Amino acid sequence: MSSFKRDKKEEEDGGGNPFQSLDKTTILQETRYFNETPVNHRKCTHILTKILYLLNQGEKLTTQEATDAFFATTKLFQSKDVVLRRMVYLCIKELSSMAQDVIIVTSSLTKDMTGKEDLYRAAAIRALCSITDSTMLQAIERYMKQAIVDKNPAVSSAALVSALHLSNTAPDLVRRWANEAQEAISSDNAMVSYHALGVVAGSRKNDKLATVKLVTKLARSPFKSPYGLCLLIRLAAQLVDNDESEASQPYIEFIECCLRHKSEIVIYEAAHAIVNLRKTARDLAPAVSVLQLFCGSSKASLRLAGARTLARLTAKHPTAVAACAVDLENLISDSNRSVATLAVTTLLATGAESSVDRLMKQIASFVSEISDEFKIVVVRAIRRLCSKFPRKHQSLAAFLAGMLRDEGGLEYKAAIADAIIALVEENPDAKESGLAHLCEFIEDCEHTALAVRILHLLGREGPRSRQPSRYIRFIYNRVILESGPVRAAAVSAVAQFGAARPELLPNVRVLLARCTLDDDDEVRDRAIYYSAILDTGDRDLINEYIVDVARPNPVLLEKALRDHLATRPDEAFDLMTVPTAEQPQEADVAVEVEPRRPVQISREEKYSEQLAAVPGIERLGPAFKTSEPVDLTEAETEYRVRCVKHVFAKHLVLQFECVNTLSEQLLQNVRVKLEVPAGYNLLYEVRCEKLPYDKPGNVFCLLEFPESAIDSLGTFGATLDFSVRDCDPTTGLPEAGEGYEDSYPLEEVEIGCAEQIRSRPVNEEWDATWERAASAPEASDTFVLSQNDVNEAAKAVCEHLGIPVSATGDAVKEVRGGGMWRGGAPVLVRARLAVAGGGVTMHLAARSPREDVAQLLLAAVG
Amino acid sequence: MRILILGLDGAGKTTILYKLQVGEVVTTIPTIGFNVEQVTYKNLKFQVWDLGGQTSIRPYWRCYYGNTDAIIYVVDSADRDRIGISKDELVHMLREEELANAILVVLANKQDMAGCLSVAEVHQALGLDALRDRTFQIFKTSAVKGEGLDQAMDWLSNALQARK
Repeated sequence: MSSFKRDKKEEEDGGGNPFQSLDKTTILQETRYFNETPVNHRKCTHILTKILYLLNQGEKLTTQEATDAFFATTKLFQSKDVVLRRMVYLCIKELSSMAQDVIIVTSSLTKDMTGKEDLYRAAAIRALCSITDSTMLQAIERYMKQAIVDKNPAVSSAALVSALHLSNTAPDLVRRWANEAQEAISSDNAMVSYHALGVVAGSRKNDKLATVKLVTKLARSPFKSPYGLCLLIRLAAQLVDNDESEASQPYIEFIECCLRHKSEIVIYEAAHAIVNLRKTARDLAPAVSVLQLFCGSSKASLRLAGARTLARLTAKHPTAVAACAVDLENLISDSNRSVATLAVTTLLATGAESSVDRLMKQIASFVSEISDEFKIVVVRAIRRLCSKFPRKHQSLAAFLAGMLRDEGGLEYKAAIADAIIALVEENPDAKESGLAHLCEFIEDCEHTALAVRILHLLGREGPRSRQPSRYIRFIYNRVILESGPVRAAAVSAVAQFGAARPELLPNVRVLLARCTLDDDDEVRDRAIYYSAILDTGDRDLINEYIVDVARPNPVLLEKALRDHLATRPDEAFDLMTVPTAEQPQEADVAVEVEPRRPVQISREEKYSEQLAAVPGIERLGPAFKTSEPVDLTEAETEYRVRCVKHVFAKHLVLQFECVNTLSEQLLQNVRVKLEVPAGYNLLYEVRCEKLPYDKPGNVFCLLEFPESAIDSLGTFGATLDFSVRDCDPTTGLPEAGEGYEDSYPLEEVEIGCAEQIRSRPVNEEWDATWERAASAPEASDTFVLSQNDVNEAAKAVCEHLGIPVSATGDAVKEVRGGGMWRGGAPVLVRARLAVAGGGVTMHLAARSPREDVAQLLLAAVG
Repeated sequence: MRILILGLDGAGKTTILYKLQVGEVVTTIPTIGFNVEQVTYKNLKFQVWDLGGQTSIRPYWRCYYGNTDAIIYVVDSADRDRIGISKDELVHMLREEELANAILVVLANKQDMAGCLSVAEVHQALGLDALRDRTFQIFKTSAVKGEGLDQAMDWLSNALQARK
C-alpha cells in the first residue's frame, strides 16, 4: 500500500513512471533498430523493456504486429551481451503465444540451452518450451532429458517447471521424462527436488495406484526438501480424502509426523492438511496445538497463518478452536490489523453471547484501519452472529448500518447488504429495522447493481410489512434521482406494492402513470406493462405476472434465444421451454475450509458445450432438463460408461460418457446399441471415433419422444459396440493390424417421470394454485405401497416423481408438488399417505391442462 | 559485415559456419531456425547467419535479407536429384531487391564424395552463366576436410574490401 501511495505522489511531481505514456505504434517502429549492425545493446534492451511493459499492461498486438516484432527480436541473437540476450528470452516468451512461426528460434535456443554460458541455459529452456508445440517437442526431447538431470540446479529446475507446463499440452511425451524427473527428486537442492516431485506426481495424477506408490515410497525415505514435503503432504491428504477406509491410516500418520518437522512451512502445511480432512475434533488436537503455537510466534506471517486457519476451522469445529481462545485474545491488540481481525472474528464465532458486545467494541476501534478484504471477513462473521444470536440483532444491525455508511468498494458494500438481507429474511423481528437501514443506504448508493438488488428486496418484503407506504417514498425517490437501470428496478418494486396491497393501489397507479413519461425505454415499458396488468384487477393475472413470476435461468435463456434466432426467427419464442432458475444452493460461506472450489454452474450449462457435437441440436430448442449421470457399469470394470439424459421439449438425447481403462487397448468406432421401446423413434447417433486409454469420450443418441406422454415411460436396453486395436501400453500407439469387433453389455437406461418434470418450489400460494387448477383435467387413484414407514414412502414417491421432498402432517402425510412438464404444460400433484393395515396406502392426485401428463404421473408410481 | 549462408537442407551450411568460426568440424543436427556467429577472418569481422534449409524454413530466409553484404550459397554436389530445386531457390532469392547489391559466393560442397558433380557441372546446373550485374564466384569445397574454404574466404574478403 505504501509503495502505491508513493507512486501516486511521484506522478503528481511530474517524475514518476518513465514508461507511462508509451505508444504501441512508436515502439513497434523502434524495433527497426534491431536490424542495425553492430547491435547497440543498451538501446535495444531499452526497447525490449518497453515492449514487455506494454504487453504486461494488457496491450493487445495483432498477429502481424506480434510476428514482425518477434522476427525483429530474433536478429538480436547476434549480440553477445548477456543482459540483452536475457531480455530477448523474455520477449520471446511473451510474444510466443501471439506471433506466428515462432519455431524459427529453435536452433538458437537449443544452442544456448546446451552451451557453456550458465546464465543463458535456464532462461533458454523456458523460452524454448514456450515456443515449442507438441509436434516439435520430439526434436528437443533429448536435450530436455539431459537438462532435467543437469547438475546446475537452476537449469534442472527450469527444465522441470517447463516440463510441468508442457504436460498440459503433451502429457504423453512428458510422461516419458519421468525417469529423469524421478532421479531429480533425490537432488540435494530443495527447489529441484520439489519441482521434480511436481512433474512425477503430475504425470501420475490420473493413476491412483501409481500415486499411492509414489507417496508411500517417499514418505518412508528421508526426503529433505521442505517444499517437496509440502507437496507430498498435499498428495497424501488427497489420497486420504478419496479413501475413507483404514488403508489411508499410514498417510495420516505421515502427515502427523510432519507436524514435528523442523521447517515451519512443512509444519503449517501438515496442520492445514489435517484441519481440512474430514475428521473429528479429537483427531485435530495436534494440528490445533501447532496452530496455537503459531499464534504466539514473533513472525507476523506465522501469526496470520495460525489465526487464518483457526478462523476457517471455526465453521466445522468451533469447540476445537474454543480451546485457543486465550491465544486469540492476545492477538486482538496485534499490531498487524489483519491478524487482529481474524482473531476477533474467530472469537465472535466461538464465543458466548455475553462476549459479543465487548468484541464488537474492539472491532469498531480498528475497523477503519483494515483493508476491504478483511472488512468482508468481519461482515461475514457478523452475519453468522446474526443467525446464532437472533436476540442481538439490534446492535448487530446498527453496526452493519454504520459500516454501510463508511467508504468502501462494491464487494465490501455487497457483503454488508447481503448480511442485512439475510438478517431481514431470517429474523422477523429484525425485518423492519433492517429494511430501514437498507432504505437509508440506497438514498446514497453509487453501485447500480446493489441498488437494484435492494429495490428488488424492498419490492418483495416491503408489502408484507406493517407500514408499507413508508418504503414507497424511498423507492419513488430512486425514480426521480437515479440512472435508468435503478429507475426500472424502482418501477418494478412499486408495482409489487400495488399488487399486494389493494389499499395502496390508487397511489401506486398515479406513480406508475408518471413513470410512463420517463426518458428511458425500459422504465417506460415496465411502467406501462405493470399499469396494464394492475388495471385488469384480475388476481390470477396479477399473481402470475407480478407477484410470483417464473424466472428462467439467464444463461440458458440467452442460449435459447440465440438458437431461436439462428434457426426459426419467424416463429414465436416460447419462454416456457426455458428451464427456470434453480433455487440457489445455500452456499454456506462459513464452510470455506476447502481452499479451491469450482464455480457452481447448472448441469444444463455444463453440458451444453458437449451437446454441440450432435448435429441439428440447436433445432431442438433449449435443453429442458439434464439429469445426474447414472453409472451403467460397475465401478472397477474394463470400460466405464455413464449415461446423462438430456430432455428436450419433444426429443431425448442420451449422452454416454465412456472411459476406457485398459492401457493396452485403443477402441475405435464406439457406439451404443439401444433396444428402443415402442413409441420412441431413434433419429440419429453420434459415434465416438476413437477412445484411447483414460481419455473420456462421448457417444450420443438422439431420440424422439412418443406422441402421447404415457408411452414415454420405458426402459432402453443398451450394449456398447466397438472395435478393439491392441496397442503398446507405454507409448499408447496402436499396433499394426485391423483389430477386432467386440461388445460389452451395459445396464438398462430408464426414462421415468422425474426426468421429464422440472419441479418448482412449493410456496404458501400452493393451496390457491391447486384450487384454481380445479377446472383442469385431474387423474387420481389409490395405491398400496411396499414401504412400511410413511416417511420413507413419502420420500420414495417424491424421488420417483422428481419433486422436492416435502411432507407435512402427522397421521396423514401430505406431499405437495408442482412443476413444468417438458414442452411447457404446468402440472400439480398431491399425495396423501397413511398407514393402514401394516402397509402404507397412498391417494395420489395430479392436475394438468394435459390429461395424458396427469395420467402419466399416476402410471409412473403404479 | 553481414553474411548469409543459404542452401538446401543437408548441404553443409552449419558445418561450414563452425569450421569458419572455430576451425573444427562439429557434429550438427538439422537447423530449425538459424545460427548466428561472429567470424574473424584475416582481421575482418563478419556477422555470419546460417539459416536452416528445410522446405518449411526456407520461406523465412527473406526475413533476414536486410543489410546483407554477401551470400554464401552452399550446394551439395553429390545430391544430383535436388540440384534443380537448389537452382530454383537461388534464382528466386537473387530476384529479391534487398539482395541486389550482395556479393555471391557459391560453394560446390562435398567434393570429397564419390560421384559428385564437378564445379563446372554445378556452375552449369545452377545456370550461373545467365547471371548479369552480380559480383560472384564459384569454389569447390569440402567442409569436412577443410578444403577450398580459405580460397573462398580470401576471394570474398577482397571483394568486400574492394567494394568499400
